[in-house]
Order: sequence, then C-alpha cells, then structure tokens
Amino acid sequence: MSSFDYFSPKTLEEAVQLYNEHSASARLLLGGTDLVNMINDEMIKTNAVIDLKNIAYLKQLELKDNHLYIGADVTFTELIESDIIREKFPVIWESSRKVASMGIRNRATIVGNICSSVPSADSAPALLIRETIVRVMSVNGKREIDIADFFIGPRKNALKENEIVINLKIPVLNKSFGGSYVKMGRYKGEDLAQVGVATLVTEDLQYRIAYCAVSPKPIRIKKAEQLLNGREFSVEFLKDVDTEIMNAISPIGDIRASKSYREKMSSVLLEKSLIASYSRLKGNKPEYGKELL
Amino acid sequence: MKREITFTLNDDIVSVYVESDEKLLDVLRYKLGIKSPKQGCGRGECGSCSVLLNGKSVRSCIIYAVEIDGQKIETLEGIQKNGITKLQRSFVEHNAFQCGFCASGVTITMTEFLRKNPYPKIAEIKEALSGNLCRCTGYKSIVDAIADATKEGE
Ligand code: FES
Ligand code: FES
Repeated sequence: MSSFDYFSPKTLEEAVQLYNEHSASARLLLGGTDLVNMINDEMIKTNAVIDLKNIAYLKQLELKDNHLYIGADVTFTELIESDIIREKFPVIWESSRKVASMGIRNRATIVGNICSSVPSADSAPALLIRETIVRVMSVNGKREIDIADFFIGPRKNALKENEIVINLKIPVLNKSFGGSYVKMGRYKGEDLAQVGVATLVTEDLQYRIAYCAVSPKPIRIKKAEQLLNGREFSVEFLKDVDTEIMNAISPIGDIRASKSYREKMSSVLLEKSLIASYSRLKGNKPEYGKELL
Repeated sequence: MKREITFTLNDDIVSVYVESDEKLLDVLRYKLGIKSPKQGCGRGECGSCSVLLNGKSVRSCIIYAVEIDGQKIETLEGIQKNGITKLQRSFVEHNAFQCGFCASGVTITMTEFLRKNPYPKIAEIKEALSGNLCRCTGYKSIVDAIADATKEGE
C-alpha cells in the first residue's frame, strides 16, 4: 500500500483546485530532490503528492515586457543552458552552476529551491539582488510577493497553505552592471554553502548585496549598500560596510562551519564578490563562471 | 493506489504497475530486471543510481516511478547494447574502478556530459564528476580514463 496518492494535473486550474482540496496534507512535487528525502525520512507526512511537471505553462522561460519569467518547472540545467540567463542575468547563471552537481541540477528547480526556503539556498542571493517577484496562485486568484518578503525563517516562507508558486518575474536592468556570486563550501565541488554572497554594481553606482547561509533566512543588506552607493568602489570602504554586515547577519555554528568562521568569511567573500562585480562592470575579468575563491 | 505506467526503456516500450511511492530505481531493478543502477545512499547524494531521463542524468532513487510515465529512460544496458563504448573501454584499460559499485553511475553521468562536451578540460571533467562518489579509487584513475577517451583528434 502506497503512503500517498499521486496526482499529475495538466493545467494550473486543476492544480490549484487539487491543492485546495487536499491542502493541509498535500505536497507539491517538482524535481523532488528535497521533497522525496523529506517523505522518506518521515520529516513530513503527506497523503497527496501533486506533481506539477505536466503543466506546460510552468516550463516557461522567456523575456516579456521588460521582465524575465522563470516557470516553476524550469530546472537549474535549463537556466545554465539559456542564453538569456547567461547574457542578461549572469549572477543567476553563475549561482545556478554552483548548485549541487549535474545530476541534481538536471532535476532540481530554482522555484523548488526557494520554496524549500533553507537558509543556505544558493539561488536566493542572486534573486534578492535582482529584486525578483514571486508570483503565486490559489483558488482565490493570483498575487505577487517581493522576494525580500518571501523568506521568513528556516524552511518557512510567506506562502499560504493553498498557494502554488507559478513563476518568478524579474525586471530586466536597462543599464550596464557587473555582478557576482561567491560561494564557499567545505571543499570544491558539491556542498551546501557555508557562506554565499551575491553583489551587483550598476553603471550609476548603485550597489546591491545579499547573503545566504549566515542568518535564519537569505537576506539583502540595504544598510551596507547605502554606504557604497554613488561611490566608485574601493576596498577602503569595506571597514564601515563590514559593521553593517555584522549587524545584519546572525550565523549559526553547525557541522559545516562555526559561527565566528562564518562571520569572518562573510567579510572575506563580500570583498571578493565586490571586487569581481566592480571589475565586471568596467568590462574586465574575471569572466562570469570563473572560480572566484 | 496501483497504476500502470508506460515509458521507453532503452528503446523498448514497457508498461508496469507501480505504487505511487515506489522509486524508479526499485522498479527498474526488481520489476524490470535492470541491474546496472545501484542503490548507494538512497537519497540523491552519491550518484550510483544514475540513469538518463530524456537524455539527462538523474538519480533514480529520488524519483517516483509514476513520474516517468511517458518519458524515456536509458541505462547502461541500453548504452552498451552493441558492445561497450569508447569511454567504457578506456575505463577498462586504465583499470579505473576497483569494486565497481560507482561505475554505472559514473558512466551514465559521463555519457551525458560527453554528448554535450566531447573534448572537456580536466577541470570540467572533475566538476561534472563531483556528484558521483567513489569509495575506492580516489578518482584519479577515473579522471585519467575519461581524459584519455576524450583526447582531441581521436
Ligand atoms: S543511491 Fe541514488 S544518489 Fe545515492
Ligand atoms: S570503484 Fe568502488 S566505489 Fe568506485
């Protein structure tokens, strides 16, 4: 006897209906790289698994009206192989390449990654600095959530019980910029982030800074950005910026790194990321995708 | 709730009854007699259960069999149907594996990777291999064998 029923709706309407009927006990399935383990480990109990992979609309990956739309069923591999992502959203491209390994990226989705809402979500910093809108749908209709309000705490997010994330909507930046994502794991290759930071610098010298794995949820740190805005980048500013970073983050110590190591590395990685972003803004190396640590 | 799924397995169309929570790996091994994918960790971390799903390597231990209704699965049994491949020959020549438990998963992963990138750099091989754990070899012999099989001009 199976522990749950399996549904594979073909349309969004059908999916939200099903999810609404079963909401308290239903689980949404995309790549399954997280969910299947949680079900195996009995971390969650479910009696209805709703597979969203047969809904064509959720495969959407396109530019429309000056926005990028990434459907819920777009995998990391599809992002990495997309020219649009590589050219116009290079930090999303760079961070997608850092997610786990090929066999996982072939299956795991960026929407699934943010819905799991773990503090170390690799895709979160890049989405935060691009001011992503999370579009959700339920039987009550659609609504949009700013990604900065989406994460609430470890494995907690702003979704209501019957809501499905249908896609991400990301504004195109109509000015030149440089960005980067720097991730540190315990070793090269596949590991969860000990610290991850994404930064962006635009041609009019507006800065954006976001982290994962150093607080209960991925965060953008505007107070630190403000200290840099309007200034050509120099490492000398980092002392002041650092104070704001330390005020904003609250890392834990765990099997992957101690608290104080994470704090120190938050500064080190920020410096590396800003240097790379600023250099890229000016059209210089390192190329996107190059190892930055 | 048992249901029938139909999918392409190494160029054959197969139908099989499965429970909703049965893993693809178990269905392949115990219902369809496909023994090349192995269960190592059972949680998506080691890669020993890798198969190609529509040409992409995935971990069959964390996929429910019901999810692959209508899809296309390839395993080593299909890939080496007409004799072992150049890559596999290189593995043999380099004595690349010891116990061999990881070999199927490594071969599947590299089969996908080399279709996309036939002349990879060593660093690219290592990155592509980073999700496949091998407890015996220290990887050097495996990487050497792949590098050798993909030398330009051969
Ligand atoms: S057994 Fe599937 S990844 Fe280890
Ligand atoms: S040869 Fe034994 S696990 Fe790789």
